[in-house]
Amino acid sequence: MALSGLFLIIFLLQHFIINITSVFDGSVFNWLSHFMGTNPLVQFILQPILIAGVIFHFVMGFILDLQNKKARGIRYKVFKGNSNASWVSRNMIISGSTVLSFLVLHFYDFWIPEIDYKYIKVLPDDPHRYYEELILKFDNLTRVVIYVVSFFFLALHLSHGFASAFQTMGFNNKYTVIVKSIGKLYSIGIPFGFAFIAVFHHINHHYL
Amino acid sequence: MKLTLKIWRQENATVKGSMQTYSLDGVSPDMSFLEMMDVLNEQLMENGIDPVAFDHDCREGICGSCSMFINGEAHGPDRLITTCQLHMRKFKDGDTIHIEPFRAKPFPVIKDLVVDRTAFDRIQHAGGFVSVNTSGNTQDANALPIEKESADKAFDAAACIGCGACVASCKNASAMLFVSAKVSQYALLPQGQVEATDRVLNMVKQMDEEGFGNCTNTGACEVECPKGISLENIARMNREYLTANLKG
Ligand code: HEM
Ligand code: SF4
Ligand code: FES
Repeated sequence: MALSGLFLIIFLLQHFIINITSVFDGSVFNWLSHFMGTNPLVQFILQPILIAGVIFHFVMGFILDLQNKKARGIRYKVFKGNSNASWVSRNMIISGSTVLSFLVLHFYDFWIPEIDYKYIKVLPDDPHRYYEELILKFDNLTRVVIYVVSFFFLALHLSHGFASAFQTMGFNNKYTVIVKSIGKLYSIGIPFGFAFIAVFHHINHHYL
Repeated sequence: MKLTLKIWRQENATVKGSMQTYSLDGVSPDMSFLEMMDVLNEQLMENGIDPVAFDHDCREGICGSCSMFINGEAHGPDRLITTCQLHMRKFKDGDTIHIEPFRAKPFPVIKDLVVDRTAFDRIQHAGGFVSVNTSGNTQDANALPIEKESADKAFDAAACIGCGACVASCKNASAMLFVSAKVSQYALLPQGQVEATDRVLNMVKQMDEEGFGNCTNTGACEVECPKGISLENIARMNREYLTANLKG
């Protein structure tokens, strides 16, 4: 859980760095996207590892959650979960499931069209199409709203997950305060950044 | 004080239980929670009702037997205490108090509020010890110098009284805090190194076999633990477990 979570955290950072370039310079974004979309190492090694990592993470998440519910046996009539642990830490399965349903939409939005373009329709390679496609996607207000809400839940998931993964890996010492601070920064900063990208393109191209 | 008590009643391990409501008058704020339970039981016996069975022994916070889940929290609303150290002044006249047994699949109810915590004993038997030959060649305690910080941390871990509040409070019914305290108290000392690998592997294996849940680091255990056992111990056990697995 922790290893796959940390792996996803690193992936998310890389994903963010590429996406944020779209705000500043469409040609840089096109160049990076074209590289990621055509480089065989990325396509046939890193991408399958990423997909396996995501699947492992949420499947294990569901299995662990089921085991944990079973471990209680008879439920308490009164259980004051709030008194000793935060809501986010107790509801990783809810924030995680929201992120998962977002991922389904996200794959439908970007991954399936890619596969269709490259391997089913086998259209000619066009290194300049990515920015244009991105803009078109975020023209739809409903999509932008769903993305922003999902990023909020991602922030919740990470606000517990980041530091939690370190604890699970056995890292708890005088540097833990620093890990927790970085965790807070990351869990707010990255989802906010993603949300900003979506909103930016929507406003920029729909209204301006 | 006049109280309404909603208490889990269950005849024995095989029948189903339910919450029963009793009202109790004349409770003094100076009473401990268990003394209040004693008064209730006297009243029940006078009325020909089976008294509420609950575990207790030392009544001073050292044996860990007084397992009660009070108003949704293990050992009630106070911190760093057991049920026997909880006082009625923490409640108000007219309050309704919910009292349930510690709940976990590996802690089956024996009767009313008494649960079977021998799962903890079996985890201890799996590795919570050091094998020392003490017959006739006892060593001087100071022959082996131990740095102060490690000694303190080992002592803190050894303060665990095996009460099970961590399991009861954890939304996953995970026993990681207990097991990690038992692993840590040896892992921090040179005497514990000889059997370190087997200890952590066997204790974790036993813990999983008992059916405790998985730790998701919510931290509820640390907050509810009457002895303030720290989450640091869980991280230490995870390290020990990782290295033990790498050693094979
Ligand atoms: C890209 C998105 C995601 C990232 C970056 C991420 C990251 C993390 C991290 C770092 C942890 C803590 C691991 C630990 O403490 O051992 C975690 C836990 C968890 N994740 Fe995710 N996760 C993501 C998506 C998901 C999804 C889609 C689900 C689907 C249900 C999910 C379910 C869970 C659950 C149930 C936990 C709790 C287990 C625990 O606290 O140990 N996550 N996640
Ligand atoms: S770790 Fe704390 S709560 Fe858990 S059994 Fe030991 S003393 Fe009780
Ligand atoms: S009766 Fe011993 S700790 Fe409460």
